[in-house]
Amino acid sequence: MKSRTVLQISFFILPIIVSLAITAVLIVAVGSDPREVFEAVWQGAFRNSNAFAGVVNFWIPLVLCSMGLIITFTAGLWNIGVEGQMVMGAIFASWAARTLVLPPPVLVGVEIGLAMLGGALWAGLVGLLKTRLGVHEIFGGVALNSLANVAAIYLIAGPWQPPEGGSAQATAPFPADSLLPPVSAEFPVNLLAVVIVFIAIAAVIIALRGTRWGLELRATGKNPRSALLLGVPTTRSAVSALMVCGMLAGIGGAYRVLFTYSSLRPFVSGGIGFLGLLVVLLVAVKALWVPFVSLLFAVILAGSTRLRVALQLDQSLAGVVQGMLVLLVLLANGLRQRFMERDSRRPEAETRDYPLITRPDTEAENV
Amino acid sequence: MDLELKHIHKRFGHVHANDDISLMVRGGSIVGVLGENGAGKSTLMKIVSGFQCADSGEIWVDGRRTSYRGPQAAIASGIGMLQQDPLDVPAFTVIENFVYGQPGGLLLGRRTAHERLSRLCQRFGFELNPDAPIAQLSIGQRQQLEIMRLLALGVKTLILDEPTTGISAEQKSMLFQALRELAKQDGMSVLLVSHKLEDVISLCDEVVVLRAGKVVGVLPMPATAKQIVSLMFGQELASQAQAPVALGEPKIRLENATLRGKRVTVENFNLDIRAGEVVGLAGLEGSGQELIIRACVGLTKLARGRVLVDGKEKTGKPYRDFLGCGVAFGAAGRLEEGLIGGLTLTEHVALTENTGQMLNWGEARQHTEAKLKHYNVRGLPESPVEALSGGNQQRLLMALLPRQPVLLALEQPTRGLDVDSAQWIWKQLLARRESGTAILFTSPELDELVAYSDRILVVYAGLVYEITDVGSTTIDELGRLIGGQFIVAAD
Repeated sequence: MKSRTVLQISFFILPIIVSLAITAVLIVAVGSDPREVFEAVWQGAFRNSNAFAGVVNFWIPLVLCSMGLIITFTAGLWNIGVEGQMVMGAIFASWAARTLVLPPPVLVGVEIGLAMLGGALWAGLVGLLKTRLGVHEIFGGVALNSLANVAAIYLIAGPWQPPEGGSAQATAPFPADSLLPPVSAEFPVNLLAVVIVFIAIAAVIIALRGTRWGLELRATGKNPRSALLLGVPTTRSAVSALMVCGMLAGIGGAYRVLFTYSSLRPFVSGGIGFLGLLVVLLVAVKALWVPFVSLLFAVILAGSTRLRVALQLDQSLAGVVQGMLVLLVLLANGLRQRFMERDSRRPEAETRDYPLITRPDTEAENV
Repeated sequence: MDLELKHIHKRFGHVHANDDISLMVRGGSIVGVLGENGAGKSTLMKIVSGFQCADSGEIWVDGRRTSYRGPQAAIASGIGMLQQDPLDVPAFTVIENFVYGQPGGLLLGRRTAHERLSRLCQRFGFELNPDAPIAQLSIGQRQQLEIMRLLALGVKTLILDEPTTGISAEQKSMLFQALRELAKQDGMSVLLVSHKLEDVISLCDEVVVLRAGKVVGVLPMPATAKQIVSLMFGQELASQAQAPVALGEPKIRLENATLRGKRVTVENFNLDIRAGEVVGLAGLEGSGQELIIRACVGLTKLARGRVLVDGKEKTGKPYRDFLGCGVAFGAAGRLEEGLIGGLTLTEHVALTENTGQMLNWGEARQHTEAKLKHYNVRGLPESPVEALSGGNQQRLLMALLPRQPVLLALEQPTRGLDVDSAQWIWKQLLARRESGTAILFTSPELDELVAYSDRILVVYAGLVYEITDVGSTTIDELGRLIGGQFIVAAD
């Protein structure tokens, strides 16, 4: 029993150490000092309140996307389309910001509401493609990601181009009233967004643990056939999971345009949706861990922007660290499962071989 | 080539799929392997052909012990298997399929391949266009191709899994002719796995019967269908167990239903099950009974015809609609279709109880405890469902079914249960029947069918024969019917 606990802990810590070691080797290989890199990233993230605000500004959309993805993963869906859902949220919010003239608090509410709608519609499309036409959510998601980005670029270069001429870099900045206000100049973070993030975390956890909807999602994710036979509306479950994820991602997209950039830009999601996938894989779909792991990722992401200034290193190093970490944690999980299986070769071992994430059978409706 | 199996064991969880199986196939002979669903035939064949490993036991080829891992190694030892669904690549042409897997370098040697294929085709009288895509071939032709491919690989023992399902009579006689020739002229050993008594009787030199993972008999041919059936099903039939109940209104009706499965089609089928009636569906696996039972609950769509529940039209409606009308379905595979691995017992109960959007786990736990007690399920409310034994899983499924269903449609309700558990399940089922529930069930156990059914429908290759006088049915008669011999009688 004791050795088992040690094993569990070492399987948790080992991949972190190994990924840091590999990254260190890579840094040495490009001719830098790992300690300096660490120092630069740390400075980049925690140098002062402004730097830390940068971390929080990555953290907000990342947690929103990740919490949404917790829902879709629970339902057994690979929602790669989360990026596109963010972009759609950004586009919808941008439309409101550019077009509507309302008192600021109302306008912000409408913008966020529309962003949720945009994300949900885009995600619902993935769901419809999957359940009605048999297009796997990964393929549908990838296609809709491209479409969302194309739509954004079209708007930026076309109808929404700035009056001084379309360079396809960004739309003109949105009116000040339509933007989310920062807490202060020293700590430029929007408070409302932080509140929304905490509400989202709580809501997702409660929904998954305490509601019929959440239980049905889990049933659908683990075994759609059985779930259907036990009376779960599996199609509705899958589509609603996607749409809720789309809503959260949509808010994330809105934050990028209404706060981070104050305008709509191409690829406004900045890969945060994909990063959310990594976060959720890393925490093995355990919702409570999402804010913490997201924070770690946000620190690496925001901190590494300083790499270029301090060490003339490209900030893509952040991506290397993150990718390495996820890869090694997943690898360690796989190894641990094998290890445990061999450890406890009970007769049930073969029948309880259920993967973490099972792809719902699109034929579940007509078994 | 002589193939001998010695003391093969294979377990899946608590199921002992192969329990000390020993058998001998001499070169030049055709041996039939018979047995009901779950008797262990497929497992044994997978072990012999290298798709699975035995837990223990030995395989001897020509007097020498061999061991191999994987189908490729089995083929290298001379053992090849023709799968029920031929393992070909649909996007390829006949000749491409023939060539793949053949030894040789990078160059395929199309011309030699063409020559070999056409020689083999000529020998057996098969007509295959080498350039035709697989998608245009019938199952019978794909089988022919697969056999020739295996022969070209140097296979000396051929295993065939249900080769006659889904092929025409002409293709069947060609196949049998080829098999006889291969055995008699080339000294090949052939293992034929089949449900169909007529095939086995007409082709095999010897029949090995499996039941519950064990070899229960080896019969030299010719043997009569009666001898084989009594070995397959074991005991003599029990008599009907329950007094008939007064029947009520028709609860489920199929009208001129045509049901299309992958391999069988049930055509123009009519069925009425009345309140309080128990109807048993007999038939060997894949004969069409699963189409019928699933059509009654909305899981198989009707190609033609109508389905009515309680007099209300339900044709084309999804399963959830049927469920809403009080139709309940229990599938044969408990952890595949029915229970959800990874969820706890309490979560299962909460899932099936209609208590609004917010869940009250304390209450759900109490309900679960009550149900576990009432249904005699040994397990904790918070333990995951896959930790339960098979019998307890079955009882849990029973506990999850609606209390007063209009129709209970159950596939093999007592599969894998001991006698006591099986009786207990039936006590529960019959209690529901008293209150007007109609019951439709399938079973591979003849005595279960006879003991509990008011009527038995025997399904063979999509055709249905009805036994109304269950009380006076003999095992011999039922076995013959299941083997398809009512077709002759009807002619």
